[in-house]
Amino acid sequence: MKKLLSIVLAGAMACSLAACGGSKPAESTAAPAAETTAAAEETKAEAEETTAAEETKAEAEAAQGEGIAKEDLKVGFIFIGDENEGYTAAHYAGAKKMQEEIGLTDDQMIIKWTVPEDESCYDAAVDLAEQGCQIIFGNSFGFEDYMIQAAEEYPEIQFCHATGYQAASCGLENVHNYFTSVFESRYVSGVVAGLKLNEMIADGTVTEDACKIGYVGAFPYAEVVSGYTSFFLGVRSVCPSATMEVTYTNSWASFDLEKEAAEALIADGCVLISQHADTTGAPTACEAAGVPVVGYNISMIPTAPTQALTSASIEWGPYTTYAVQCMLDGKAIDTDWCHGYAEGADKITELNEAAIAEGTADKVKEVEDAIKSGSLHVFDTSTWTVDGKTLDTYKKEGIDVEYISDGYFHESEFGSAPAFDIRIDGITEKTN
Amino acid sequence: MIHISKRDDISFAKAWGIRIIAVLLSLVVCAVVIIALTRLNPVEVYKAIFDGAVGTKRRSWATIRDAAILLCIAVALTPAFKMRFWNIGAEGQVLMGGVLTAFFMINFAGKLPAPVLFAAMIVSSMAAGLVWGLIPAVFKAFWNTNETLFTLMLNYVAMQITTFCIVFWENPVGSNTVGIINSKSKIGWLPPLFGLTYGWNVVMILAVTLAMHIYLKYSKQGYEIAVVGESEKTARYVGISVKKVIMRTMAISGALCGLAGFILVSGSGHTISTSTAGGRGFTAIIVAWLSKFNAGAMILVSFFLVFMQKGAMQIASQFKLNENASDIITGIILFFILGSEFFINYQVKMAGKHKEG
Repeated sequence: MKKLLSIVLAGAMACSLAACGGSKPAESTAAPAAETTAAAEETKAEAEETTAAEETKAEAEAAQGEGIAKEDLKVGFIFIGDENEGYTAAHYAGAKKMQEEIGLTDDQMIIKWTVPEDESCYDAAVDLAEQGCQIIFGNSFGFEDYMIQAAEEYPEIQFCHATGYQAASCGLENVHNYFTSVFESRYVSGVVAGLKLNEMIADGTVTEDACKIGYVGAFPYAEVVSGYTSFFLGVRSVCPSATMEVTYTNSWASFDLEKEAAEALIADGCVLISQHADTTGAPTACEAAGVPVVGYNISMIPTAPTQALTSASIEWGPYTTYAVQCMLDGKAIDTDWCHGYAEGADKITELNEAAIAEGTADKVKEVEDAIKSGSLHVFDTSTWTVDGKTLDTYKKEGIDVEYISDGYFHESEFGSAPAFDIRIDGITEKTN
Repeated sequence: MIHISKRDDISFAKAWGIRIIAVLLSLVVCAVVIIALTRLNPVEVYKAIFDGAVGTKRRSWATIRDAAILLCIAVALTPAFKMRFWNIGAEGQVLMGGVLTAFFMINFAGKLPAPVLFAAMIVSSMAAGLVWGLIPAVFKAFWNTNETLFTLMLNYVAMQITTFCIVFWENPVGSNTVGIINSKSKIGWLPPLFGLTYGWNVVMILAVTLAMHIYLKYSKQGYEIAVVGESEKTARYVGISVKKVIMRTMAISGALCGLAGFILVSGSGHTISTSTAGGRGFTAIIVAWLSKFNAGAMILVSFFLVFMQKGAMQIASQFKLNENASDIITGIILFFILGSEFFINYQVKMAGKHKEG
């Protein structure tokens, strides 16, 4: 028995030693953190002393449109991951942007990292509420129910949930959903990919009829369907013969599964890969196989220096700043918020000069301007068909909304979360 | 040079004195590591850990809730390990219990009166865990298969079953999340006890812990488990049916894991996903072994591990140290506590002082 015990122990020690080696990035950020520690402690103590009566008074004033004084504001964040994970890194960048623009001190921002999508999220939300946050952001889809649960308990605190869909229907005024029109940045990244395909066709590396793209998706869910369709439409706007094959990993972030999925797609004859999943798995496989790749969230150039073209990406800063500014002004926050290129909420990351086709930058500029001005609609019904037919009407079960009018699908206009879940011609979906 | 001899006995006070010195020393070592790696004031870091785990009433209850679940699984594993049956499958057994609980919560909400619904949830979750524990036991008993691999692999089967069920329960379609089950009606949620949200969890788990302690220590079956664990040959010689003991013990072990799954879904998370068990089935193995199967020690160890987990969230939030930092601290403290057992069991003397003939 003792022997096994010592083995377990040795294992534990080895693990913690390995952890030692891995915690280097913490060092660099530690110094500024140490300076603010003392200040943080002080304000924390003060916050705890603040009586409930005072708090409710402040909230009542806010409701009357007076807003919260900047120095009294506390903002809470619940993140599914940490800075090592692209999706959360983007949200954190947005939070920092807001902090800079509004001018908040470090101790006015409380962040809960690596919170799982279970009761821990509720714990985190009510804990932030107890620490005196007047507005709390959550970034993962699975947080929504738990944030609503906390919102019921703290009606005076604003809860903003990214990617969710229940704010309008839950009947609580303090719950808000937000997203960005990421389909716009996917479309632009698709244009980049399409130009690359054209170059490959011109080179003779690929024949026109074998122009198949592979797409590594997370789940067969509207957000993903909307994403790959907009990407595909972007590709086809410049390379009409392209087709696409979609496969799912059934996970939002799994390096191994994404890498394997990309490898399988390449083996299946795909000549270009894109992804809607959060890791660098697919670009890693593409760099090894020499297949061009369009990433998501973050620039994939460090991962695939010779193959990464660009990445579709989201700027969360505009929303975070908007919502916090509403708190200061005493204004109500939109129940559903979704904006895109025009408000700077969407973009593509740096174009990789080593991989992109000639003239890409100019074409990108042109498409981006068209999107910003509103002259280009991503889901223009004249550019896609279902079973060979053009759709002129689309309704979803249980929702009395006509999505298609004026010749295009009105994505994200009736709710902030993506709604496009139509499977269009030219895309094959592999569900296993 | 150094002479090591086994201690025959050690006074209670001295044993605990050694342990306390070990903990204090470990804190000093941790402090050095914290300063060396992060340049933070270690006292502030300790304070933050403490604050994160038990700083407010809510935080304390979250810590108690999670420690109780971990304890429940560790208690469930204990009879199997005592029998030298390497049950690495708690994760799957817990998950199966959780799936059955969720099944009843989703499909029978409002159709059954509350007591019947709870009875169905408890019985079915324990039955599911029992089956998941019994399968490898039967194979081990009759065909002597390797139970370590068998139980481990069944975890993945359980996860796939969970994924499969989620396809029917997910909301909205395609999202792969079930969300909070019956969030408005709260049907199938363990009600508060004496005004405490997690009162039932704690009471049920403490009852299970006490029952297991008595079962192992004072019952004939408990003795049989110990004998089989020490030596199967001896067990056979004295007329114990080893097959029967293996299967019976794993049935109990699995059923209690299933109960932990019920408490997790009905009394804590109110949802089901492949990460519902969340690695607790593996952490519980460490709890059981570190405690040497002593029920009291198990309560302390599970509380300590969860305490450090919760503290980790706080130091991440306050100092931007990620969870690896608290893993280092936990590792060092455990190293010293376990190391101290050596000094409790053995006496170390410098040879110069006591020349022996």
